[in-house]
Amino acid sequence: MELLDAFLPYLLPIFYAVAMVSVFMGLCSYSVLAERKVCSWIQGRVGPNRTRLPLLGHIPILGNLLTGLGIFQPAADGLKFLFKEEIVPGHVNKFYYMLAPVLALAPALTTMVVLPFGRYVDADGITQPLVLANVDLGMLIILGISSLGVYGIVLAGWASNSKYPFLGGIRASAQMISYELAMGLALLPVFMWAATPGSDYGMSLFGAVQSQQTLWLFIWQPLSALIFLVALFAETNRLPFDMAESETDLVGGFHTEYGCFKFGLFFVAEYAHVIMGSALFVLLFLGGWNFLPGLADPWGESLIGSLLSIAWFTTKVFSMIFFFIWMRWTLPRFRYDQVMSLGWKILLPLAVGNLVFNTIIIVLYDTFTR
Amino acid sequence: MAKTKVLERKPLTPMEKTFLPQILSGLKTTFGTMMQKDVTLQYPEERPNIPDNYRGVPTLVKDPNGREKCVSCQLCEFVCPPKAIRMTPGEIDAEADPERAHVEKAPKEFDINMLRCIYCGLCQEVCPEEAIFLQDVFSLSGYSRKEMINNKEKLYELGGTLPDQHGKWDKKKAAEQSGNAH
Ligand code: SF4
Ligand code: SF4
Repeated sequence: MELLDAFLPYLLPIFYAVAMVSVFMGLCSYSVLAERKVCSWIQGRVGPNRTRLPLLGHIPILGNLLTGLGIFQPAADGLKFLFKEEIVPGHVNKFYYMLAPVLALAPALTTMVVLPFGRYVDADGITQPLVLANVDLGMLIILGISSLGVYGIVLAGWASNSKYPFLGGIRASAQMISYELAMGLALLPVFMWAATPGSDYGMSLFGAVQSQQTLWLFIWQPLSALIFLVALFAETNRLPFDMAESETDLVGGFHTEYGCFKFGLFFVAEYAHVIMGSALFVLLFLGGWNFLPGLADPWGESLIGSLLSIAWFTTKVFSMIFFFIWMRWTLPRFRYDQVMSLGWKILLPLAVGNLVFNTIIIVLYDTFTR
Repeated sequence: MAKTKVLERKPLTPMEKTFLPQILSGLKTTFGTMMQKDVTLQYPEERPNIPDNYRGVPTLVKDPNGREKCVSCQLCEFVCPPKAIRMTPGEIDAEADPERAHVEKAPKEFDINMLRCIYCGLCQEVCPEEAIFLQDVFSLSGYSRKEMINNKEKLYELGGTLPDQHGKWDKKKAAEQSGNAH
């Protein structure tokens, strides 16, 4: 018993981390399903509706409903990836070829460590975030690590030793560099407002959420929100910015030479980035778990309150994921040079201007209110 | 020369240059289609509506009395562009089938090689007896080349009976019996 007490502080974080990773991976696979379903609805089709698990799928009405919604499809997809023949083309650099999918997925999973997903009120009556590691530099960590995800893609393009993946990898890195700047600059005004001198939150995401209790940032920083959103689409390599894998001109882009579970990892990584991006946008601009603009926190202090805040947060994240998918099946892909000129000639100057403008406002505000 | 009307393109308004209104209207359109009814046909359970003049697999049909209509004139074999039809003409045994003795001929063997057939419908068009029809069978599969050759039994099984009321050969017999053949 004493041994357990001694180890508990170490065991508990591991347990939490494993739990969060499992939930996150589950969300990833169901985002894939959501993508397929929403896409098929937009195109007037039905989407996956045949996969049926032995027992669960044969419950009279519920079974048919779940099967029709394709709820069991992710399991079938995963199993398919697992049992397919593992093909490694002869012309690849084996080590880096194997490493690339892992490198693509790992950053997305790492960033969620600092992602708050709800709040609770501790014994002293102070509101605390529900998060694996509540660090002050949350946003910096996310920006830093999530851009490492592109190394997986570049590595895949390089290690595949074939021209289409190579082009895909180059495009991905160029795009990442171009949009990272605008993204960071769009975020600065947010934190300039949220982390006023003397506030104890710093760059933590929890602080950003708490600062939005009355007014969501999306409403009074629409330009930042827009730039961030566009950059987010580019960073996650989603259509209309999926330069790295543009199927029409690059076969499959960086994952052309990949099959079975290695392709599956890339696939999951893409959706992991989408979920992370959605969560980030919700935290920064859509008020996190705050209920509505003006009505911050009707949840109460009990456990139920915390659960409700988590539920409300996930609802918002799901809507954001839906928006990502909806966007993908609405817009055509940009041409590569258009992507570059949008990033450098429009978004970057806009973001700089926005930053300067907000700085001036803050200075004026400080001069006249103190 | 046809008159052409040159449409004038208005320059984009500043708002349109941001593409945001167009993106919004695009989102509206896709959301609209999401709400519409699916057009998917759940294929093996639901079957498509086959129109009457559909050109499916060629089949042989029988007349309302269940008798063979084909008289093995070999016109279809002759006309078939890819030479998918192979047939051996045969005689009708007058002893065994006195009813139809006056028809004289019927196919002994009738094979249509579905690996060759191009579904052109010429056999149906040329047949003087309305005996061969391209009907509604559209999915056809087999494990071997041999299986893909439809023999006479198979052709009749696929074809069934055609409810026509000509009774061509019955009329001919009646006319002969009443003494005014031709
Ligand atoms: S449909 Fe055309 S190709 Fe097919 S059997 Fe008839 S004549 Fe020959
Ligand atoms: S199917 Fe028609 S065309 Fe062909 S042999 Fe028979 S009667 Fe003649």
